[in-house]
Amino acid sequence: MSGILATFGAVTLPLAALNWHSFFFVLFAAVACACAIAVVLADNVVRMALYLVLSLGATAGLFFLAGAEFVGAMQLMIYVGGTLVLLVFGVMLTAQAPFVSIKTTTGDRVLAGVVGAALLAVLLQSAFSVPAWRQPAAGTVAAPAATPVGMALLGVRVDEPAAGSPQGAVRSGYLLPFEIVSVHLLVVLVGAAYLARAKKRKTPRAIEVAASVEPPASVAEHAAVGRGAGRATSVLSGGRS
Amino acid sequence: MSGGLLGQVAAVPLFASLLTEPVSVAHYLVVGAILFAAGIVCMAVKRNALGVLMGIELVLNGANVNFVAFASPYLQGEGARGLGIDGQVIALFVILLAAAEAAVALAITLNFYNNHATVDIDRADDLKG
Repeated sequence: MSGILATFGAVTLPLAALNWHSFFFVLFAAVACACAIAVVLADNVVRMALYLVLSLGATAGLFFLAGAEFVGAMQLMIYVGGTLVLLVFGVMLTAQAPFVSIKTTTGDRVLAGVVGAALLAVLLQSAFSVPAWRQPAAGTVAAPAATPVGMALLGVRVDEPAAGSPQGAVRSGYLLPFEIVSVHLLVVLVGAAYLARAKKRKTPRAIEVAASVEPPASVAEHAAVGRGAGRATSVLSGGRS
Repeated sequence: MSGGLLGQVAAVPLFASLLTEPVSVAHYLVVGAILFAAGIVCMAVKRNALGVLMGIELVLNGANVNFVAFASPYLQGEGARGLGIDGQVIALFVILLAAAEAAVALAITLNFYNNHATVDIDRADDLKG
Protein backbone atom coordinates (compact mmCIF):
# COMPACT_ATOMS: atom_id res chain seq x y z
CA MET A 1 0.00 0.00 0.00
CA SER A 2 2.91 2.32 0.75
CA GLY A 3 3.94 1.95 -2.88
CA ILE A 4 1.03 4.17 -3.92
CA LEU A 5 2.23 7.73 -3.58
CA ALA A 6 0.48 11.03 -3.79
CA THR A 7 2.58 13.96 -4.92
CA PHE A 8 1.70 17.58 -4.09
CA GLY A 9 4.40 19.86 -5.41
CA ALA A 10 7.54 19.07 -3.40
CA VAL A 11 5.72 16.81 -0.96
CA THR A 12 5.40 13.09 -1.58
CA LEU A 13 3.24 11.10 0.80
CA PRO A 14 2.19 7.48 0.86
CA LEU A 15 -1.47 7.46 -0.03
CA ALA A 16 -2.31 5.44 3.07
CA ALA A 17 -0.88 8.16 5.33
CA LEU A 18 -3.18 10.76 3.83
CA ASN A 19 -6.01 11.96 6.08
CA TRP A 20 -8.77 12.53 3.56
CA HIS A 21 -10.75 14.80 5.87
CA SER A 22 -7.68 17.02 6.23
CA PHE A 23 -7.02 16.79 2.50
CA PHE A 24 -10.46 18.11 1.60
CA PHE A 25 -10.22 20.69 4.36
CA VAL A 26 -6.98 22.03 2.84
CA LEU A 27 -8.56 21.98 -0.62
CA PHE A 28 -11.70 23.91 0.36
CA ALA A 29 -9.81 26.26 2.68
CA ALA A 30 -7.31 27.13 -0.07
CA VAL A 31 -10.11 27.83 -2.57
CA ALA A 32 -12.07 29.91 -0.03
CA CYS A 33 -9.08 32.03 1.05
CA ALA A 34 -7.61 32.47 -2.45
CA CYS A 35 -10.96 33.56 -3.89
CA ALA A 36 -11.57 35.92 -0.95
CA ILE A 37 -8.23 37.61 -1.63
CA ALA A 38 -9.02 37.63 -5.35
CA VAL A 39 -12.25 39.54 -4.56
CA VAL A 40 -10.10 42.23 -2.93
CA LEU A 41 -7.55 42.36 -5.73
CA ALA A 42 -9.94 42.26 -8.69
CA ASP A 43 -11.01 45.57 -10.22
CA ASN A 44 -13.78 44.31 -12.46
CA VAL A 45 -17.06 44.01 -10.56
CA VAL A 46 -18.22 40.99 -12.57
CA ARG A 47 -15.03 39.10 -11.72
CA MET A 48 -15.44 40.09 -8.08
CA ALA A 49 -18.92 38.52 -8.11
CA LEU A 50 -17.52 35.32 -9.67
CA TYR A 51 -14.75 35.03 -7.06
CA LEU A 52 -17.30 35.67 -4.31
CA VAL A 53 -19.43 32.77 -5.60
CA LEU A 54 -16.40 30.46 -5.52
CA SER A 55 -15.37 31.60 -2.04
CA LEU A 56 -18.86 31.15 -0.58
CA GLY A 57 -19.23 27.75 -2.25
CA ALA A 58 -15.91 26.53 -0.85
CA THR A 59 -17.01 27.76 2.59
CA ALA A 60 -20.13 25.61 2.24
CA GLY A 61 -17.75 22.68 1.67
CA LEU A 62 -15.97 23.58 4.92
CA PHE A 63 -19.33 23.53 6.71
CA PHE A 64 -20.07 20.06 5.37
CA LEU A 65 -16.64 18.88 6.54
CA ALA A 66 -17.32 20.27 10.03
CA GLY A 67 -20.47 18.15 10.29
CA ALA A 68 -22.91 21.04 9.86
CA GLU A 69 -24.83 19.67 6.86
CA PHE A 70 -27.90 21.83 7.32
CA VAL A 71 -25.89 25.05 7.63
CA GLY A 72 -23.85 24.06 4.57
CA ALA A 73 -27.00 23.42 2.55
CA MET A 74 -28.48 26.75 3.65
CA GLN A 75 -25.20 28.45 2.73
CA LEU A 76 -25.44 27.02 -0.78
CA MET A 77 -29.13 27.82 -1.21
CA ILE A 78 -29.33 31.26 0.39
CA TYR A 79 -25.86 32.71 -0.17
CA VAL A 80 -24.75 31.11 -3.42
CA GLY A 81 -28.25 30.72 -4.81
CA GLY A 82 -30.00 33.80 -3.53
CA THR A 83 -27.61 36.53 -2.54
CA LEU A 84 -25.49 36.00 -5.62
CA VAL A 85 -28.50 36.17 -7.92
CA LEU A 86 -29.32 39.48 -6.25
CA LEU A 87 -25.73 40.67 -6.64
CA VAL A 88 -25.50 39.64 -10.29
CA PHE A 89 -28.76 41.44 -11.01
CA GLY A 90 -27.36 44.48 -9.25
CA VAL A 91 -24.23 44.28 -11.37
CA MET A 92 -26.26 43.94 -14.56
CA LEU A 93 -28.57 46.82 -13.69
CA THR A 94 -25.81 49.23 -12.72
CA ALA A 95 -22.88 48.16 -14.89
CA GLN A 96 -22.31 50.74 -17.58
CA ALA A 97 -18.96 50.42 -19.31
CA PRO A 98 -17.17 53.26 -17.42
CA PHE A 99 -18.39 52.08 -14.02
CA VAL A 100 -17.55 48.37 -14.19
CA SER A 101 -14.11 49.06 -12.79
CA ILE A 102 -13.67 52.11 -10.59
CA LYS A 103 -9.99 52.39 -9.73
CA THR A 104 -8.73 52.93 -6.20
CA THR A 105 -5.68 55.11 -5.60
CA THR A 106 -2.45 53.34 -4.66
CA GLY A 107 -2.24 55.15 -1.33
CA ASP A 108 -5.62 53.83 -0.30
CA ARG A 109 -4.61 50.31 -1.31
CA VAL A 110 -1.38 50.45 0.71
CA LEU A 111 -3.13 51.88 3.78
CA ALA A 112 -5.89 49.27 3.64
CA GLY A 113 -3.30 46.54 3.15
CA VAL A 114 -1.42 47.62 6.27
CA VAL A 115 -4.62 47.76 8.31
CA GLY A 116 -5.72 44.36 6.97
CA ALA A 117 -2.36 42.76 7.73
CA ALA A 118 -2.42 44.11 11.29
CA LEU A 119 -5.97 42.81 11.78
CA LEU A 120 -4.98 39.43 10.36
CA ALA A 121 -1.97 39.24 12.70
CA VAL A 122 -4.17 39.93 15.73
CA LEU A 123 -6.78 37.38 14.66
CA LEU A 124 -4.19 34.67 13.95
CA GLN A 125 -2.48 35.29 17.27
CA SER A 126 -5.77 34.91 19.11
CA ALA A 127 -6.69 31.82 17.07
CA PHE A 128 -3.54 30.04 18.27
CA SER A 129 -3.63 31.41 21.82
CA VAL A 130 -5.95 28.81 23.38
CA PRO A 131 -4.43 25.31 23.70
CA ALA A 132 -7.82 23.59 23.66
CA TRP A 133 -8.50 24.94 20.15
CA ARG A 134 -5.27 23.38 18.85
CA GLN A 135 -6.09 19.84 19.99
CA PRO A 136 -6.46 17.65 16.92
CA ALA A 137 -9.99 16.46 16.33
CA ALA A 138 -10.87 13.39 18.37
CA GLY A 139 -13.01 12.24 15.48
CA THR A 140 -16.18 11.89 17.49
CA VAL A 141 -18.80 10.87 14.97
CA ALA A 142 -21.92 12.82 15.77
CA ALA A 143 -25.45 12.11 14.64
CA PRO A 144 -26.67 14.19 11.69
CA ALA A 145 -27.43 17.67 13.01
CA ALA A 146 -30.38 18.55 10.76
CA THR A 147 -33.06 17.10 13.06
CA PRO A 148 -31.80 18.79 16.28
CA VAL A 149 -31.49 22.10 14.40
CA GLY A 150 -35.02 21.82 13.02
CA MET A 151 -36.47 20.89 16.41
CA ALA A 152 -34.55 23.71 18.10
CA LEU A 153 -36.06 26.17 15.60
CA LEU A 154 -39.48 24.82 16.61
CA GLY A 155 -38.66 25.46 20.28
CA VAL A 156 -37.98 21.84 21.30
CA ARG A 157 -34.46 20.76 22.23
CA VAL A 158 -33.61 17.16 21.44
CA ASP A 159 -29.80 17.49 21.52
CA GLU A 160 -27.79 16.59 24.58
CA PRO A 161 -27.28 19.31 27.20
CA ALA A 162 -23.81 20.76 27.53
CA ALA A 163 -21.50 19.16 30.07
CA GLY A 164 -21.88 20.80 33.48
CA SER A 165 -25.40 22.12 32.99
CA PRO A 166 -27.85 20.98 35.67
CA GLN A 167 -29.84 17.89 34.79
CA GLY A 168 -33.48 18.48 33.97
CA ALA A 169 -33.00 22.21 33.49
CA VAL A 170 -35.35 23.75 30.94
CA ARG A 171 -33.34 24.80 27.90
CA SER A 172 -34.75 27.41 25.62
CA GLY A 173 -35.38 26.69 21.96
CA TYR A 174 -35.29 29.21 19.17
CA LEU A 175 -38.98 29.61 18.36
CA LEU A 176 -39.15 33.32 19.25
CA PRO A 177 -35.98 34.32 17.31
CA PHE A 178 -37.28 32.23 14.41
CA GLU A 179 -40.55 34.19 14.35
CA ILE A 180 -38.74 37.52 14.73
CA VAL A 181 -36.46 36.66 11.83
CA SER A 182 -39.39 35.61 9.65
CA VAL A 183 -41.24 38.89 10.26
CA HIS A 184 -37.95 40.77 9.80
CA LEU A 185 -37.40 39.10 6.41
CA LEU A 186 -40.95 39.96 5.32
CA VAL A 187 -40.56 43.61 6.32
CA VAL A 188 -37.11 43.83 4.73
CA LEU A 189 -38.25 42.39 1.42
CA VAL A 190 -41.30 44.65 1.27
CA GLY A 191 -39.01 47.60 2.05
CA ALA A 192 -36.50 46.53 -0.58
CA ALA A 193 -39.21 46.22 -3.20
CA TYR A 194 -40.48 49.68 -2.23
CA LEU A 195 -37.00 51.22 -2.43
CA ALA A 196 -36.03 49.61 -5.71
CA ARG A 197 -39.26 50.08 -7.65
CA ALA A 198 -38.95 51.96 -10.90
CA LYS A 199 -40.12 55.52 -10.61
CA LYS A 200 -39.22 58.96 -11.89
CA ARG A 201 -37.32 60.88 -9.25
CA LYS A 202 -37.54 64.66 -9.27
CA THR A 203 -34.49 65.35 -7.14
CA PRO A 204 -32.25 68.21 -8.29
CA ARG A 205 -29.42 65.86 -9.20
CA ALA A 206 -31.70 63.68 -11.32
CA ILE A 207 -32.96 66.74 -13.17
CA GLU A 208 -29.38 67.86 -13.62
CA VAL A 209 -28.36 64.47 -14.98
CA ALA A 210 -31.35 64.28 -17.28
CA ALA A 211 -30.81 67.83 -18.53
CA SER A 212 -27.19 67.32 -19.50
CA VAL A 213 -26.44 66.32 -23.09
CA GLU A 214 -27.06 62.86 -24.48
CA PRO A 215 -26.59 59.97 -21.99
CA PRO A 216 -23.24 58.51 -23.23
CA ALA A 217 -21.52 61.88 -22.93
CA SER A 218 -22.84 62.51 -19.43
CA VAL A 219 -21.84 59.02 -18.39
CA ALA A 220 -18.30 59.58 -19.63
CA GLU A 221 -18.20 62.93 -17.87
CA HIS A 222 -19.27 61.40 -14.59
CA ALA A 223 -16.55 58.82 -14.93
CA ALA A 224 -13.86 61.27 -15.87
CA VAL A 225 -14.58 64.14 -13.51
CA GLY A 226 -13.11 63.58 -10.07
CA ARG A 227 -15.08 64.44 -7.01
CA GLY A 228 -15.42 68.12 -6.31
CA ALA A 229 -13.04 69.42 -8.95
CA GLY A 230 -14.97 70.16 -12.13
CA ARG A 231 -18.42 69.24 -10.98
CA ALA A 232 -21.28 71.53 -11.75
CA THR A 233 -22.66 73.20 -8.65
CA SER A 234 -25.55 71.17 -7.37
CA VAL A 235 -28.84 72.84 -6.55
CA LEU A 236 -28.70 70.94 -3.25
CA SER A 237 -25.67 72.88 -2.09
CA GLY A 238 -27.48 76.15 -2.71
CA GLY A 239 -24.97 77.55 -5.20
CA ARG A 240 -22.06 77.32 -2.75
CA SER A 241 -19.45 74.84 -3.87
CA MET B 1 11.74 3.35 1.07
CA SER B 2 9.97 4.79 4.07
CA GLY B 3 13.15 6.54 5.26
CA GLY B 4 13.40 8.50 2.02
CA LEU B 5 9.74 9.35 2.26
CA LEU B 6 10.18 10.64 5.80
CA GLY B 7 13.11 12.78 4.70
CA GLN B 8 10.98 14.39 2.02
CA VAL B 9 8.14 14.86 4.49
CA ALA B 10 10.48 16.60 6.94
CA ALA B 11 11.54 18.99 4.18
CA VAL B 12 8.07 20.49 4.01
CA PRO B 13 6.81 19.64 7.48
CA LEU B 14 3.96 22.13 7.71
CA PHE B 15 2.18 21.17 4.51
CA ALA B 16 2.69 17.45 5.09
CA SER B 17 1.34 17.64 8.63
CA LEU B 18 -1.65 19.57 7.28
CA LEU B 19 -2.45 16.62 5.04
CA THR B 20 -1.83 13.83 7.54
CA GLU B 21 -2.90 15.25 10.93
CA PRO B 22 -6.58 15.67 11.79
CA VAL B 23 -7.75 19.26 11.62
CA SER B 24 -8.49 21.22 14.79
CA VAL B 25 -10.69 24.19 15.60
CA ALA B 26 -7.68 26.47 15.10
CA HIS B 27 -7.49 25.49 11.41
CA TYR B 28 -11.04 26.76 10.93
CA LEU B 29 -10.26 29.90 12.94
CA VAL B 30 -7.38 30.68 10.56
CA VAL B 31 -9.68 30.36 7.53
CA GLY B 32 -12.26 32.57 9.26
CA ALA B 33 -9.60 35.15 10.09
CA ILE B 34 -8.40 35.31 6.48
CA LEU B 35 -11.97 35.70 5.17
CA PHE B 36 -12.69 38.38 7.77
CA ALA B 37 -9.54 40.38 7.03
CA ALA B 38 -10.14 40.10 3.27
CA GLY B 39 -13.68 41.40 3.79
CA ILE B 40 -12.51 44.35 5.90
CA VAL B 41 -9.90 45.32 3.29
CA CYS B 42 -12.52 44.91 0.56
CA MET B 43 -14.92 47.24 2.38
CA ALA B 44 -12.14 49.81 2.87
CA VAL B 45 -10.62 49.70 -0.61
CA LYS B 46 -13.53 49.42 -3.05
CA ARG B 47 -15.10 52.56 -4.44
CA ASN B 48 -17.83 50.55 -6.12
CA ALA B 49 -20.87 50.20 -3.84
CA LEU B 50 -21.33 46.59 -4.94
CA GLY B 51 -17.70 45.87 -3.97
CA VAL B 52 -18.35 47.19 -0.47
CA LEU B 53 -21.41 44.94 -0.32
CA MET B 54 -19.29 41.92 -1.27
CA GLY B 55 -16.84 42.85 1.51
CA ILE B 56 -19.70 42.75 4.02
CA GLU B 57 -20.69 39.29 2.75
CA LEU B 58 -17.11 38.10 3.24
CA VAL B 59 -16.97 39.44 6.80
CA LEU B 60 -20.23 37.73 7.77
CA ASN B 61 -19.02 34.55 6.13
CA GLY B 62 -15.78 34.60 8.12
CA ALA B 63 -17.73 34.97 11.35
CA ASN B 64 -19.94 32.05 10.29
CA VAL B 65 -16.91 29.80 9.78
CA ASN B 66 -15.93 30.43 13.40
CA PHE B 67 -19.45 29.69 14.69
CA VAL B 68 -19.64 26.42 12.79
CA ALA B 69 -16.14 25.39 13.90
CA PHE B 70 -16.98 25.94 17.56
CA ALA B 71 -20.31 24.16 17.12
CA SER B 72 -18.89 21.09 15.42
CA PRO B 73 -18.64 18.03 17.68
CA TYR B 74 -16.35 16.40 15.12
CA LEU B 75 -13.61 19.02 15.41
CA GLN B 76 -13.37 19.13 19.21
CA GLY B 77 -10.44 17.46 20.98
CA GLU B 78 -10.75 14.75 23.62
CA GLY B 79 -13.27 15.63 26.29
CA ALA B 80 -14.40 18.94 24.80
CA ARG B 81 -17.96 19.40 23.56
CA GLY B 82 -18.03 22.83 21.97
CA LEU B 83 -21.11 24.94 21.43
CA GLY B 84 -23.29 22.10 20.18
CA ILE B 85 -26.38 22.92 18.19
CA ASP B 86 -26.47 26.56 19.37
CA GLY B 87 -23.56 27.57 17.15
CA GLN B 88 -25.21 26.11 14.07
CA VAL B 89 -28.50 27.89 14.79
CA ILE B 90 -26.65 31.19 15.23
CA ALA B 91 -24.88 30.60 11.91
CA LEU B 92 -28.27 30.03 10.28
CA PHE B 93 -29.61 33.31 11.66
CA VAL B 94 -26.50 35.10 10.40
CA ILE B 95 -27.05 33.69 6.91
CA LEU B 96 -30.72 34.76 6.91
CA LEU B 97 -29.99 38.27 8.17
CA ALA B 98 -27.14 38.61 5.65
CA ALA B 99 -29.62 37.80 2.87
CA ALA B 100 -32.02 40.46 4.19
CA GLU B 101 -29.19 42.99 4.50
CA ALA B 102 -28.04 42.24 0.94
CA ALA B 103 -31.57 42.82 -0.40
CA VAL B 104 -31.91 46.21 1.32
CA ALA B 105 -28.37 47.31 0.42
CA LEU B 106 -28.94 46.42 -3.23
CA ALA B 107 -32.21 48.33 -3.26
CA ILE B 108 -30.39 51.37 -1.83
CA THR B 109 -27.63 50.95 -4.42
CA LEU B 110 -30.14 50.80 -7.27
CA ASN B 111 -31.88 53.88 -5.91
CA PHE B 112 -28.55 55.69 -5.66
CA TYR B 113 -27.73 54.67 -9.22
CA ASN B 114 -31.08 55.99 -10.44
CA ASN B 115 -30.45 59.32 -8.77
CA HIS B 116 -26.75 59.83 -9.45
CA ALA B 117 -26.07 57.69 -12.56
CA THR B 118 -23.07 56.11 -10.80
CA VAL B 119 -22.28 53.55 -8.09
CA ASP B 120 -19.11 55.34 -6.96
CA ILE B 121 -19.59 55.81 -3.22
CA ASP B 122 -17.12 58.71 -3.17
CA ARG B 123 -19.80 60.72 -4.98
CA ALA B 124 -22.41 60.03 -2.32
CA ASP B 125 -21.68 63.31 -0.55
CA ASP B 126 -24.99 65.13 -0.84
CA LEU B 127 -25.39 65.15 2.95
CA LYS B 128 -21.94 66.58 3.57
CA GLY B 129 -22.17 69.91 5.37
